[in-house]
Amino acid sequence: MNIRQHFGSDAAVKGRIHSLDTFGTVDGPGIRFVLFMQGCALRCQFCHNPDSWDTAAGDLTTVEEVLAEIEPFVSYYKRSGGGITVTGGEPTLQAPFVAALFREVKRRFGLHTALDTSGFCEPSHFDSSGLLEATDLVLLDLKQINKDRHVALTTQSNKRTIRFACHLSDEGKSMWIRHVLVPGVTDSYQDLLELGQFIGTLDHVQKLELLPYHRMGIYKWQQLKLPYPLEGISAPTEDQIERAYRLIDTGRQEASAYKR
Amino acid sequence: MALTETSLQTNKINEAWRGFKQGAWRDQIDVRDFILLHVTPYTGDDTFLAGPTEATEQLWHEVSELTRREREQGGVLDVDTSTPSTIVSHGAGYLNRDLEQIVGVQTDEPFKRSIQPFGGVRMVQDACEAYGFKLPEEIVRLFTDMRKTHNQGVFDAYTADMRSARKAGIITGLPDAYGRGRIIGDYRRVALYGVDRLIQEKKKDIELTEKVQMTEAVIREREEHAEQIRALDELKRMAASYDCDISMPARHAKEAVQWLYFAYLGAIKEQNGAAMSLGRVSSFLDIYFERDLMEGSLTEQEAQEIYDHFVMKLRIVKFLRTPDYNELFSGDPTWVTESIGGMAADGRSLVTKSSFRMLHTLYNLGPAPEPNLTVLWSTRLPEGFKNYCAKVSIETSSIQYENDDLMVPQFGDDYGIACCVSAMRIGKQMQFFGARANLAKALLYAINGGIDEKLGIQIAPRKEPMSDEILDYAKVMERYDEVMDWLAELYMNTLNVIHYMHDKYCYERLEFALHDREIIRTMACGIAGLSVVADSLSAIKHAKVRPVRNHLGIAIDFEIEGEYPQYGNSDDRVDTIAVQLVETFMSKLRKQRAYRNAIPTQSVLTITSNVVYGKKTGATPDGRKAGEPFAPGANPMHGRDRKGALASLASVAKLPYSESLDGISNTFSIVGKALGREPEARINNLTAMLDSYMSRHAHHLNVNVFDRATLQDAMEHPELYPQLTVRVSGYAVHFIKLSREQQLEVISRTFHGSM
Repeated sequence: MNIRQHFGSDAAVKGRIHSLDTFGTVDGPGIRFVLFMQGCALRCQFCHNPDSWDTAAGDLTTVEEVLAEIEPFVSYYKRSGGGITVTGGEPTLQAPFVAALFREVKRRFGLHTALDTSGFCEPSHFDSSGLLEATDLVLLDLKQINKDRHVALTTQSNKRTIRFACHLSDEGKSMWIRHVLVPGVTDSYQDLLELGQFIGTLDHVQKLELLPYHRMGIYKWQQLKLPYPLEGISAPTEDQIERAYRLIDTGRQEASAYKR
Repeated sequence: MALTETSLQTNKINEAWRGFKQGAWRDQIDVRDFILLHVTPYTGDDTFLAGPTEATEQLWHEVSELTRREREQGGVLDVDTSTPSTIVSHGAGYLNRDLEQIVGVQTDEPFKRSIQPFGGVRMVQDACEAYGFKLPEEIVRLFTDMRKTHNQGVFDAYTADMRSARKAGIITGLPDAYGRGRIIGDYRRVALYGVDRLIQEKKKDIELTEKVQMTEAVIREREEHAEQIRALDELKRMAASYDCDISMPARHAKEAVQWLYFAYLGAIKEQNGAAMSLGRVSSFLDIYFERDLMEGSLTEQEAQEIYDHFVMKLRIVKFLRTPDYNELFSGDPTWVTESIGGMAADGRSLVTKSSFRMLHTLYNLGPAPEPNLTVLWSTRLPEGFKNYCAKVSIETSSIQYENDDLMVPQFGDDYGIACCVSAMRIGKQMQFFGARANLAKALLYAINGGIDEKLGIQIAPRKEPMSDEILDYAKVMERYDEVMDWLAELYMNTLNVIHYMHDKYCYERLEFALHDREIIRTMACGIAGLSVVADSLSAIKHAKVRPVRNHLGIAIDFEIEGEYPQYGNSDDRVDTIAVQLVETFMSKLRKQRAYRNAIPTQSVLTITSNVVYGKKTGATPDGRKAGEPFAPGANPMHGRDRKGALASLASVAKLPYSESLDGISNTFSIVGKALGREPEARINNLTAMLDSYMSRHAHHLNVNVFDRATLQDAMEHPELYPQLTVRVSGYAVHFIKLSREQQLEVISRTFHGSM
């Protein structure tokens, strides 16, 4: 029994959608269709889309409907070496939907697929949903390498994320590692070094992207009447970003020091 | 004796044409043939380009100084109020004679503006006063009592309906008090042939009407030809005052640029046209540069210096205009549009090294709105050039793009862009510039029985104002169709009056001297408020729209219940409404008779007048409040595109070019970081975007790349941003020259991808 039969008709699968952008250029290579999924299990303090947390919100949409939104723009995505990126929210919460979508965009349009995830996903679920197979590139957001500080930052442990990352590495999946740089929260010397050491243990990491923390999502917290936890923290300076890259690089050279 | 003179001339011509091939261009005036025979397409990248020379830096420093002083003076540095400008009105003027490779300014000093009262003396008078100068009584008297102006002529013939339509702003921006512009002389002819040959050809043309019946058309033609020859003679005299003999063809690159520039300079000394575009000169000139480089008489550094100095002159073209005019067309624009690149009909690229050199002036001299650099984009352009364009766009925001693949079938491969988006065959076609009709206001007239919602007076034919509690789509459309019938007729009649008078009292002698005898003429109408109307009709159709009426039954506001599809999201439910509007109004224009058998066309273009149009228009059924700006050109309304940039581009690309042959303008503003993380990615993404957009038959795209913070800072500290260039609709402008209102509008306009 092949995967397609197993999953029945992909086009009819439904998922909860937060929003979409036809012109994404910062989440994977080239110009990309970016689909924001609704719902997330983490509550990251720096989140700029807190309106995408609630798993019961969003528009219930079929794969077919999403494909109709993509189709007019396929030439842009192909011409630029781009594709589709599914982000959120946390897309792996709706893994079967995303897998179905990825299969269909590949089948119909031959597009490159990227999954932007926190990695808070059981590897077994990732595989059995078909998402592993349908994903060309994982944009893996490692938020905090230190276990305790990860809980403080996101409300969840990073154990599962670490497991997920190792699994991708073992499976030979291409990855871009991303890390949101929040001064005073995710940029301590030790954390960055250790993060680098961990990345050093992973295979198939094609790129490392530090995403400078920004404050443009605050208005959404205010709209949701949520207290903003990072009040008083400002975006990192160029120097801070450069330092972080250096530290992570140093860490990557010392991969053997990391204990999984 | 005569024989020797002729052979002397032949020798001069042979010397000037050394190495050039035989071809039709030698026997008749045919610049295109010359270009196609000699052009050297360039497929490489930008690494050959040279930086500015010391002389260039010094000269540009002097220009910047003068610009600063001009700004401090309130916008105008000096005016020669006593000498009406003609081709030969002023003696030679220099920026710095020792340093400049290319000479010539509009008066005897740079930044000294001239008076050009043939279009209308009132405008000149107002402009002088606004900037602290006084137009001498005798000039006012001369152009009021003795020499009639275009403006006087127009108002002699305007009907009552035309006056009231103008007052209400249902038709605005009409060139009835100033020069119409948007005519491109083939300035290249002067360089290639020399003025004597051009005069000789014009004389042959006159002979064609020696023995025919003297109808009005023939008499007019003969008079116009005589004027053209007179203008060519004056042009030679003007060049002679700079010690240049342009009676003979240019002998090398520097002369070619100089001759061509003199021709352009003559045109702008004679005409203060709304847009005085240059045409398509860089790849033509490249042939001379290639020859000089091959002969070893020129280095790349020297070649670039000539371009830099030429462009410097184009940047300091100045007209004396009123603050009112600047409010409409913001930022002292001249639209010295130069069209770059494109493909030849035979499939070769017309991109040359000089296409690069022209764009490279944006680095050597810094970004600038003028000349209005317009890349004729084809998906088949060499990749090296595409990538360079994308890079220049990202770094300077100073390029607009127009779809060559769409225009070549209509205009051939030697067309240029006048003003912003108006294509025309160079030297073979012209347009009667017709500003635009306000379709959003027309919709309100349909709802309000022809009463203007701002003035409260009857403008369109009287009807009972619609009294429905909720607007009915079919009923509104029926009314709207009638109003558009009325509007198209009145609009065309008004333009006929204007252009009849312009030909009579403010004829562009030199520009037409640089045209063929047979000219294709278009009557270039235009529409404003497309996205407002499309959304309004969509709201009426798909949601419930309840007019809020005043005591006279005039709808002064609208309440919308429910959601409706909005233009800019690639949603056919509303995009087809926009398409139909374009088609419908065009079909109504086609039914009208245009002056001089011109072919009616239209544009979807507002330049920056979308702000003024908005101000003059009441609240509309789409939810736009009274006085709020329209979106520029064919852009979706600000903040209504919710699916990102490509969906917005897709909506605009659906508008049919065949029904809007005078151009469809779209302004794209993006934050640099939203084009990609690394510089190479940004270039790749922008190139891909342009290729894909154009391959969907879109016509035009302005590309602005900057961040909000920069603009906000520039509003507070204009002195720090003298060169910050923003492309608005079909042209570019120095941001700090915009009014505060326009600045806010630019900032609030759709930015794709917040940071």
